[in-house]
Amino acid sequence: MKFDSPATTNAIDQLKVVGKPVNRIDGPLKTTGVAPYAYERHDVAPNAAYGYIVGAGIAKGLIESMDLAPARAAPGVITIVTARNAGKLGKGKFNTAKLLGGPNIEHYHQAIALVVAKTFEQARAAAELVQVKYTSRAGEYDLAAAKNAIEPKPMDKGDPSDSSYGNFDDAYTAAPVRFEATYTTPDQSHAMMEPHATTASWRGDRLTVWTSNQMIDWSVGDLAKTLDIPKANVRMVSPFVGGGFGGKLFIRADVLLAALGARAAGQPVKVALQRPLIANNTVHRPATIQRIRIGASVDGKITAIAHESLSGDLPGGKPEQAVSQTRLLYAAPNRLTKTRLTVLNLPEGNAMRAPGEASGLMALEIAMDEMAEKLKLDPVQFRIINDTQVDPQKPERPFSQRQLIECLRIGADRFGWSRRNAIPAQVRDGQWLVGLGAASAFRNNQVTKSGARVRLDSTGLVTVETDMTDIGTGSYTVIAQTAAEVMGVPLEKVFVRLGDSAYPVSSGSGGQWGGNSSTSGVYAACMKLRETVANAAGVAPADAVFTDGMVRSGDRAIPLSQLAGVDGLSAEDFIEFGDLAKKYQQSTFGAHFVEVGVDAATGEIRVRRMLAVCAAGRILNPKSARSQVIGAMTMGVGAALMEELAVDKRRGFFVNHDLAGYEVPVHSDIPHQDVIFLDETDPISSPMKAKGVGELGLCGVGAAIANAIYNATGVRVRDYPITLDKLLDRLPALAA
Amino acid sequence: MKPFTYERATSPAEAAAAITRNPNAKFIAGGTNLLDLMKLQIEAPAHLVDVNGLALDKIETTPDGGLRVGSLVRNTTLAADETVRRDYALLSRALLSGASGQLRNKATTAGNLLQRTRCVYFYDTAQVCNKRQPGSGCSALDGVNRQHGIIGTSKACIATHPSDMAVAMRVLDATVHTVRADGRMRVIPIADFYRLPGDTPHIETNLNHGELITAVTLPRPVGGTHIYRKVRDRASYAFALVSVAAIVQRDGSGRVALGGVAHKPWRLEAADAILPTGATAVTASLLADARPTPANAFKISLVERTLASVLAQTRT
Repeated sequence: MKFDSPATTNAIDQLKVVGKPVNRIDGPLKTTGVAPYAYERHDVAPNAAYGYIVGAGIAKGLIESMDLAPARAAPGVITIVTARNAGKLGKGKFNTAKLLGGPNIEHYHQAIALVVAKTFEQARAAAELVQVKYTSRAGEYDLAAAKNAIEPKPMDKGDPSDSSYGNFDDAYTAAPVRFEATYTTPDQSHAMMEPHATTASWRGDRLTVWTSNQMIDWSVGDLAKTLDIPKANVRMVSPFVGGGFGGKLFIRADVLLAALGARAAGQPVKVALQRPLIANNTVHRPATIQRIRIGASVDGKITAIAHESLSGDLPGGKPEQAVSQTRLLYAAPNRLTKTRLTVLNLPEGNAMRAPGEASGLMALEIAMDEMAEKLKLDPVQFRIINDTQVDPQKPERPFSQRQLIECLRIGADRFGWSRRNAIPAQVRDGQWLVGLGAASAFRNNQVTKSGARVRLDSTGLVTVETDMTDIGTGSYTVIAQTAAEVMGVPLEKVFVRLGDSAYPVSSGSGGQWGGNSSTSGVYAACMKLRETVANAAGVAPADAVFTDGMVRSGDRAIPLSQLAGVDGLSAEDFIEFGDLAKKYQQSTFGAHFVEVGVDAATGEIRVRRMLAVCAAGRILNPKSARSQVIGAMTMGVGAALMEELAVDKRRGFFVNHDLAGYEVPVHSDIPHQDVIFLDETDPISSPMKAKGVGELGLCGVGAAIANAIYNATGVRVRDYPITLDKLLDRLPALAA
Repeated sequence: MKPFTYERATSPAEAAAAITRNPNAKFIAGGTNLLDLMKLQIEAPAHLVDVNGLALDKIETTPDGGLRVGSLVRNTTLAADETVRRDYALLSRALLSGASGQLRNKATTAGNLLQRTRCVYFYDTAQVCNKRQPGSGCSALDGVNRQHGIIGTSKACIATHPSDMAVAMRVLDATVHTVRADGRMRVIPIADFYRLPGDTPHIETNLNHGELITAVTLPRPVGGTHIYRKVRDRASYAFALVSVAAIVQRDGSGRVALGGVAHKPWRLEAADAILPTGATAVTASLLADARPTPANAFKISLVERTLASVLAQTRT
């Protein structure tokens, strides 16, 4: 099905199942421990041997020698895989550094060996016996010291590094009110609960991997490419994913080394990345240094806006696209963005939830707060004044839907924004300095081709198969809701199978495109199945009504189960998207409101209340969508207050590489969270009239917290995370 | 993790003897720290002597009106003990500010005293660390050291002791009771229990190899207001940037110790003596010899401000 004109009234609009806050259908499997995760596939790969990864102990250089003899002689050891004995390996399209290093070392904890043994403990003990001698080479590890920044190549889908509209320099110089500041965001780790893990098994030249991955088709391709085998010889199965956040968009060392280990061992092998390896072995959200300049008229109209960002990556890597949202979020006739990239020999940077927007809005939305103060305007009002309903760089191109103003106004009303004291450091509650902050949320709505197969059987059960993944987001449930709605059956008459490369290729999960795209693909396949069913019933498809497990036409009503017959009926289709995205800018919007308390003595910061108002098209399942947003808000608290991969700038690695050192919020850090979804449908987006929401919830949260801290204390911190040491010397003096 | 042998001890002296016989042996009780370190091969004992079966898990009043806490009393039990909550509230509060419910259920009184530093370089075996490999160097000295010590540090080590409980024990003037392989017993005031790193940061206490802690005793309750204030980046499940343990009497006199600043709980009698003069003077006294790094110099003003807040709280 091609989607190239706005959706009209369709089967989804019935909203008998879609749009209802139904519980996640995979919930009981997970809460009872029955859902099989990649490392637990004893059922399909019995007697797997255990692989343990050896990570490089230097950031850059060469392996001079590697003595494997003591490890080989250790109890239970079956084989050891290194770059020397692994055979010729390619590199995946989505990988920057090699997944198996040696002799050249590209980053700290790059995998250099896999020790395979009968038990996990034997593999771990033997791995400690691998003796490696390195020659270190000097590397670049300090973003702030980078002098070789270059303008990166144009990024995917024509997103340029730089943009210019009007004449920023002249307009900024002429602006009556000007503001400029530099902001920094640190490297961050995905820190998902389930580590990257794989069980691999070969049958002849055919490989099956049970793994934890967000994008099955990309990853099958990259695994085949790396192993230099046909893509058709690889099957990838990933039905349950214990968190990904972008860290599992691509293949990592676990899947490659499990495959190599299984081949060398001649038996199934399973590998989970050890927790202390994950931060440096895999990818992370890169640190940024961002400069923002805003010029405005005295009445608060922005006349000039510029946003420049610098990030680093390994040679051949990509920049963090931290300026993208600034091209679209606020009106201004003169605009400038720049993206710069420098080589750093730290581990590989890559996508983490709301890549670009999350970091970019952490800076831009503080700058908006600072500029509002300079203009003596309420920061919510300042944002409203500068709303735009069209792409500011292509005014002929409207937003398909844009309810940013509504989000801000409703949020302000519900949160009690009018009670905010515009003068900072005025509100006390016992030991706490209390402040309120707000920020806009903005994330583009991407849609991408997505396929599915649906089958109807003689019991009336509809089975959906697609390689779409559920990374904790609720894919199983919204897909089941979609199929139930279109086929006119109750939810319990739909069975959903996901995450298997044997199924039709889907959008996968990433960039908040998964929910909308994959359900649209399921919609397309179900519409095709309706035709097949109608034909079997001898009814014109246009006249057939699917409801209550029946096909009705006029006064005829035939049960689906009867039409399916013993052989069943099936259909396969995909949704593909035309050029509506060229004619309309499709984005999701929101507003975050936060109240913080800052301990007047110690500077400890604790969030007291949070509210997000989101306008993100039709909400397919308010319960799972809310869960996505509150999870994202929680991640935003981490980004604002504690998450930072601390760089050892001499040795080139992230030192706090476990969950004790890399702090993410715990229960005590998270207060009451409210989420409001505006009633919205976007027929430009897809037949579902939905949009992504999983990343929107993170965008802007950090800045809202930063702005609340400023309101509470009068201390402006432009360097994330905002920890107490950055406030302490500027807090009010205490009576000794 | 290296393979190791294991035995269950039948008496405290026998446990001590078993360790004494083997230079690579270690006691194991709750295992909440040791097992993690063994998995990372930071600790690699060849032999473990399990002391969990020894009857050292009682909390009893002593003839002089103090409290005797068996070395195997779990942190959860100790924090919840009625006498502790009434007479040594500081101890209960310190315990509950540390770790998680699950860890406190396993962790023991002696094990808590003996837990190792949380320095990130200590935990990374690819990096040099004098605590792990004596003489290899200190990676933290010029590395990432925001969490590290500011006083009593050396050129060999700037790690901190991570325990909250130990800071409370220091203020309460606890005494550590031990037994050796020959059955001889020893009492060590908590003030003499820990060592500063000096040139031998791998030696953290004055216990001898094979010496087993059997109990910690607390003197008669001293009354006063008990406060344990732990300051950290997140609200729970994090080690202290700085902690302040204080007992303050109605007249403003009292005692104070700091956590998160040194290789041991940090307390000075001279500072106690001037407690009524307020946080600025007390901090100046406690931290007169501080040698912070650029990244952790904030701990000095954090101590002062936290102490000021604690003292203000005792006056309300």
